[in-house]
Amino acid sequence: MIRKTEDVVTASRPKKLSKRKRQRYIWAYVFLFPQIIMFFVFSLYPIIMSYVYSFYDWSGIGPLDDFVGFANYWQLLTSDRFWASLLNSFYYVAGTTVLSVGFALILAIILNDQRMKGKGFYRTIYFLPVVTTTAIVGIIMSSIFGINGLANAIITGLHLSERPIPFLSDATLAMGILIVVGAWKGLGINMVYWLAGLQSIPNELYESAQLDGAGFWRTLRHITLPLLKPIFAVIMLLSIVGGINAFDLVKTLTNGGPYYQTETLDLFIYNYAFSSDTTGGDTRMGYASAAGVLLGMITFVISLAFGGASFQAELRKFRENRKKGRKKA
Amino acid sequence: MISSKKARIFLHVFLSVLGLIWIYPFIWMVLSSLKTNREFLTSGIQPLPEDPQWENYLRAWDSANFSDYFLNTVIFTVSVVFIVIVLCALTGYALGRVQFPGQKTIMFIVVAIMFIPKGYTVIPLFQIISDLGLSNSLFGVIVAESSGAHVLFILMFASFFARIPNEIEEAAEMDGAGFLRTFFNVMLPLSAPIIATTAIMQFIWTWSSFLLPLVLTASKPELRTLAVGMQNFVGTYTADYVGMTAGATISLLPVMLVFIFMQRYFMEGVAGAVKS
Repeated sequence: MIRKTEDVVTASRPKKLSKRKRQRYIWAYVFLFPQIIMFFVFSLYPIIMSYVYSFYDWSGIGPLDDFVGFANYWQLLTSDRFWASLLNSFYYVAGTTVLSVGFALILAIILNDQRMKGKGFYRTIYFLPVVTTTAIVGIIMSSIFGINGLANAIITGLHLSERPIPFLSDATLAMGILIVVGAWKGLGINMVYWLAGLQSIPNELYESAQLDGAGFWRTLRHITLPLLKPIFAVIMLLSIVGGINAFDLVKTLTNGGPYYQTETLDLFIYNYAFSSDTTGGDTRMGYASAAGVLLGMITFVISLAFGGASFQAELRKFRENRKKGRKKA
Repeated sequence: MISSKKARIFLHVFLSVLGLIWIYPFIWMVLSSLKTNREFLTSGIQPLPEDPQWENYLRAWDSANFSDYFLNTVIFTVSVVFIVIVLCALTGYALGRVQFPGQKTIMFIVVAIMFIPKGYTVIPLFQIISDLGLSNSLFGVIVAESSGAHVLFILMFASFFARIPNEIEEAAEMDGAGFLRTFFNVMLPLSAPIIATTAIMQFIWTWSSFLLPLVLTASKPELRTLAVGMQNFVGTYTADYVGMTAGATISLLPVMLVFIFMQRYFMEGVAGAVKS
């Protein structure tokens, strides 16, 4: 009933309203215009073009005329170096995620305590590696873990080993160092994400738990951890996607060495697209684009899986709430 | 939550020791930058330099071109921050303040972009920049770096502008201000906290950006930013470890200082991004 009268009111003076409204619409489109142009030119078009390039044998220079269909993809799927780089990316993502997400939660729980003194100071220290330039950190770390570096000085100084350890020229050790440095760099951001999650838990829950006589561990198991589940999915997603795209650190710390044995997928793409010396000749942008498309698909599936999972959880909550609401009514 | 006094003391010891290990690479970097190259190789775990070698910084600044890289990085970062703020404020205002046809579609696209991985699009991006005739110019790197959707900032601006009471806008219109004047003279100044947060976060990210500046300045070494220019020490100056650490200190100091002074805004901004 009420809505109907409103309709009548607006209908009786449509022209005046619509003029002001129309002007506002036009201004809104004008305001959106720069961002939309940027989006089409620098986001949408590149995404489409990377699919197009992937069907050509193309060095990046000259016309796109050598259409090869799925040959680039076929060559990728039968290339040992491609699979090795995929596996390396997997190791790196799994290693950094396990190390930095879990450890960040412990730190966040400690630093979320209201009575803990110097919280801000500790948070700043653990967060500092996050804001520093990854490429420069990679170079510093390659120096620290080099044969004459700080790590070996400590090891030989404490007589843990008489000979310096070749951290970066042994494939397994180099991958380990990459993961440790990556986890060190990413821990702070995960800690802040966890803190955001912890702070969204209402205080009353802790107070009533205390009244019920629940200790630290029981509160942790029955209140804190279950309520952190939604943010856990987000943190995992961000950590995995961040790990897949960890180009800066790999390029500067190991540069994929020794002998491509720490080459991740991102570095694989870069090496084929832009650096002719590692491919022993011309750049292969078409081939690299095909690898890029595969990397994009992998990332998209992971995002969808995690995004979908948390979306499903939201949907379930919504349905339950609606059911409850109906019962009450 | 943690009540016993013993546990607290233990935690403080644990956090401090871990904290020292945590930032030791940076301390090592600064102290090494004041050693001689011989000292660097022979001093082992002795952290302090015998006689501070300030000329390492001069060498990095002058002969290793860090003065150029520094200037490039400043121009690059300031321009990107400015462009991103303008783009996001405009987009956020349109989305948050005006109910226009097609708004939902645009909002959907903005959010969907978050799920489109764009790291691998560097190859077509490189091609577009060359096709536009912008390769080998700082402007090209700036434009490429400012693109992207900045979903977080757009949403921050949109929700901020949406919360401003209608009365303020109506009062401005009563005073004869049109859409543009209302935006520039009333709304934009009100959004100063959002602008500041965007500026700090984008500053830190852009200062540290690596892939695009690396790819887009490959054939013009004089356009390199600090992050890319550091490679110089790895390639041509292999033996100059202390010059390398001095260069690294020059590159990291500004971003660390910005973070330490502004850390509350930055951390809250990052945390807020995940919470919502």
